[in-house]
Amino acid sequence: MNEIVEKKVWWQDAPAIKEFEVKAPWIAEKHQAGQFVVLKVSENGERIPLTVSDKDVKKGTINILFQEVGATTMTLGRLSKGDKILDLTGPLGKPTHIEKFGTVVCIGGGIGVAPVHPIAQAFKAAGNKVISILGARTKGILIYEERMRKTSDEVRITTDDGSYGRHGFVTDELKAMIESGMKIDLVVTIGPAIMMKMVCKVTEPYKIHTYASLNTIMLDGTGMCGACRVTVGGKTKFVCVDGPEFDGHQVNFDEMMARLRQYLDEEKLAREICQKNTCGVR
Amino acid sequence: MAEEKKEKKPKIPKIPRQPMPEQDPHERARNFNEVTCGFTGELSDNEALRCIQCKKPLCIDGCPVSINIPAFIKKVAEGDILGAAKVIKESNLLPAICGRVCPQEDQCEMLCVVGKKDKPVAIGRLERYVADYEAVHGKFEMPEMSPKTGKKVAIVGSGPAGLACAGDLIKWGHTVTIFEALHKAGGVLVYGIPEFRLPKAIVERELDYLKKIGVEFRLDHVIGRIRTVDELMQKDGYNVVFLANGAGLPQFMNIPGENLNGVYSANEFLTRSNLMKAYKFPEYDTPIKRFKNVAVIGGGNTAMDAVRTALRLGADNAYIIYRRSMAEMPARKEEIEHAGHEGVKFIMLTAPVRVIGNEKGWVTGLECIKMQLGEPDDSGRRRPVPIKESEFVVNLDAIIVAIGTNANPLVAQTTPGLDLNKWGYIVVDDEKTCRTSKKGIFAGGDIVTGAATVILAMGAGRSAAKYIDEYLKTL
Ligand SMILES: Cc1cc2nc3c(=O)[nH]c(=O)nc-3n(C[C@H](O)[C@H](O)[C@H](O)COP(=O)(O)OP(=O)(O)OC[C@H]3O[C@@H](n4cnc5c(N)ncnc54)[C@H](O)[C@@H]3O)c2cc1C
Ligand SMILES: Cc1cc2nc3c(=O)[nH]c(=O)nc-3n(C[C@H](O)[C@H](O)[C@H](O)COP(=O)(O)OP(=O)(O)OC[C@H]3O[C@@H](n4cnc5c(N)ncnc54)[C@H](O)[C@@H]3O)c2cc1C
Ligand code: SF4
Ligand code: SF4
Ligand code: FES
Repeated sequence: MNEIVEKKVWWQDAPAIKEFEVKAPWIAEKHQAGQFVVLKVSENGERIPLTVSDKDVKKGTINILFQEVGATTMTLGRLSKGDKILDLTGPLGKPTHIEKFGTVVCIGGGIGVAPVHPIAQAFKAAGNKVISILGARTKGILIYEERMRKTSDEVRITTDDGSYGRHGFVTDELKAMIESGMKIDLVVTIGPAIMMKMVCKVTEPYKIHTYASLNTIMLDGTGMCGACRVTVGGKTKFVCVDGPEFDGHQVNFDEMMARLRQYLDEEKLAREICQKNTCGVR
Repeated sequence: MAEEKKEKKPKIPKIPRQPMPEQDPHERARNFNEVTCGFTGELSDNEALRCIQCKKPLCIDGCPVSINIPAFIKKVAEGDILGAAKVIKESNLLPAICGRVCPQEDQCEMLCVVGKKDKPVAIGRLERYVADYEAVHGKFEMPEMSPKTGKKVAIVGSGPAGLACAGDLIKWGHTVTIFEALHKAGGVLVYGIPEFRLPKAIVERELDYLKKIGVEFRLDHVIGRIRTVDELMQKDGYNVVFLANGAGLPQFMNIPGENLNGVYSANEFLTRSNLMKAYKFPEYDTPIKRFKNVAVIGGGNTAMDAVRTALRLGADNAYIIYRRSMAEMPARKEEIEHAGHEGVKFIMLTAPVRVIGNEKGWVTGLECIKMQLGEPDDSGRRRPVPIKESEFVVNLDAIIVAIGTNANPLVAQTTPGLDLNKWGYIVVDDEKTCRTSKKGIFAGGDIVTGAATVILAMGAGRSAAKYIDEYLKTL
């Protein structure tokens, strides 16, 4: 169990992007679009949430894709094919509410494309027209393009530097689509908090229902600690059990972004220690 | 100078209640080592002699699992400590833990007859002494095991209720698997109660014992997600499921500013520190902030644990803010005293009104209001009522909320046909049988009673084991 059966390096330069296929038959069997796992790499390690980006029920495997932004993801990235992830818990969170809405736009920014993938798959399977907008800083770090093409009726790409697709942000593309008069019944957005906030700002005046999948700091992931709490529609919600998806127009993103910055100093210290190559060997 | 009393009754030289050796308060307030050091052989000998071996020992009535207290104390007095351990273990599987964390003054020791004239016999301390002695000097002995029955029991949750239930069922020949959501077993004993009050090595020892006698632990398994209760029975072939998933959902105060940075639930603060060992950051990866001015809201054991943890992380000012008075605080007396000695400041008869923050989203203070005690409420305690216009502000950089927990709804939501009460706790037909409204499903511990005590949860686990065994015989 928890054995890494495949490792793929999507992007080598810091921050690197890597993907694992992990043996976890029970999780693969129960997982539904929108759900995530919590893992811990070493005895001294931290518990971090990662979304299941793909799976193979027959093989009993799930995929996780991550960017090496800090100590834990860097330690994780050092594991190789054949290694085991010490602790892996899931599937966690509520599955995405899937039904036939009509046209669903799935927006993934950066590595957010990976978590949006199973959701796009599920909406497609439910008979929706799926249009995906994938955003990346630059062409080289665009992930999951092929998979998204397979599960979408249409894929649109934006890059910050104009190296591929539209020169601009995912919100520019979305705005253009809406302004062209396209009928959109639902938008799903996953990516950096600031991107999700901007997407919600774009859809709100048009009253296009928008799901945002929130990536707060988590500890247990089971509803026990409240570390993941956010304000949605004026009420406190726990992302790990009430979410991770919420009505984006109700989410207090500013509060959420402040809460994401809680451990900046500690994260920096941990990353520095990690870069000195002492992490992952404990 | 007090006048010397003229008439002094001739006294039989009595042995006073033996003091518990402990770390110096100033020193221990800065480290995570256990506060109390445990009785020495001499102290325990003396204390054991204080028990007058009542014919009708009231103390037993005060112990939720009815340990034969005079019998074990007699063995201690005779110097047969391992024999004493045997007596205790007939009723209590976790004596090293209960001896440390039971609210003895409200249980066994409250009813001890010696306590009527003098201080009661220190039953808890003796129990701890015996258990610790056994850990060092005793040998692992495989308990008597019944032949395998071929029946399978799944236990959800590895707190005291689940562990106790597993311990009995495995001995009676059933196959037992404990499913635990977290990466470590032990429930509140590992994620809630701090090292300085309950060293984790002690919990580890009890877990090891259960593993040795054949209990299977499946960690990282959140029931309701990876498997539902129904699936455990239908798919995985468990004949019985025992729900011991605790009351782990933190309550917040619902006041403005509660989601500012620096406001934590006690569960989060304690889990970071205890389970994740964040107090050893960066040796351990999980971070925790070392705040200078910290207030904990609440007056229970959880509040005491949180405030003393904050102190140990380096707080200059660590406050308890409680809406009633000192006398009403539900925490163990000993812990309140210890907290006081360590420098915790108590702001009593005070309730929080609003969390104040800065432009970066961090806490800077807490607006509070003074309370006075009015008429008694349902719990028999005098109800605190706000005093008009008595608001004041405490400057703080962190606030830890320890005002209680609720049932985590995950298992209940995914188990159709399971009756719950209006607070979401699982309904059982009586607290002895632990039978729920669903056939083959039993429940016990905090998930039935609401947050209670280790010994009550353990008692429920053992009681459930008895009725589960009976039920399995009918299959
Ligand atoms: C439900 C959920 C699903 C997620 N799915 C994925 C996924 O599929 N792939 C993936 O790469 N990441 C995902 N994340 C984010 C991931 O958990 C964080 O990147 C991870 O915790 C970073 O840990 P670290 O120790 O490596 O870095 P840290 O040292 O903890 O953080 C380094 C940097 O990342 C930022 N950061 C910290 N936590 C988060 C977070 N939760 N989200 C965004 N930024 C954060 C910090 O502010 C800091 O700048 C998900 C988060 C949630 C809550
Ligand atoms: C900080 C603190 C201090 C305390 N101090 C004392 C004290 O001094 N003395 C005393 O007597 N009592 C004390 N208590 C109370 C005591 O710890 C509890 O009453 C007791 O632990 C309850 O036992 P339990 O087995 O019912 O549940 P818990 O100990 O809560 O264990 C439940 C377990 O179930 C797991 N679980 C939950 N949901 C799932 C799921 N869906 N799938 C799988 N596993 C799941 C949890 O992770 C947990 O490990 C304290 C409690 C706290 C929080
Ligand atoms: S288990 Fe608790 S109540 Fe019972 S004798 Fe021991 S300390 Fe007293
Ligand atoms: S009531 Fe007190 S004195 Fe009597 S048997 Fe119990 S512990 Fe001993
Ligand atoms: S992560 Fe602890 S409650 Fe959500």
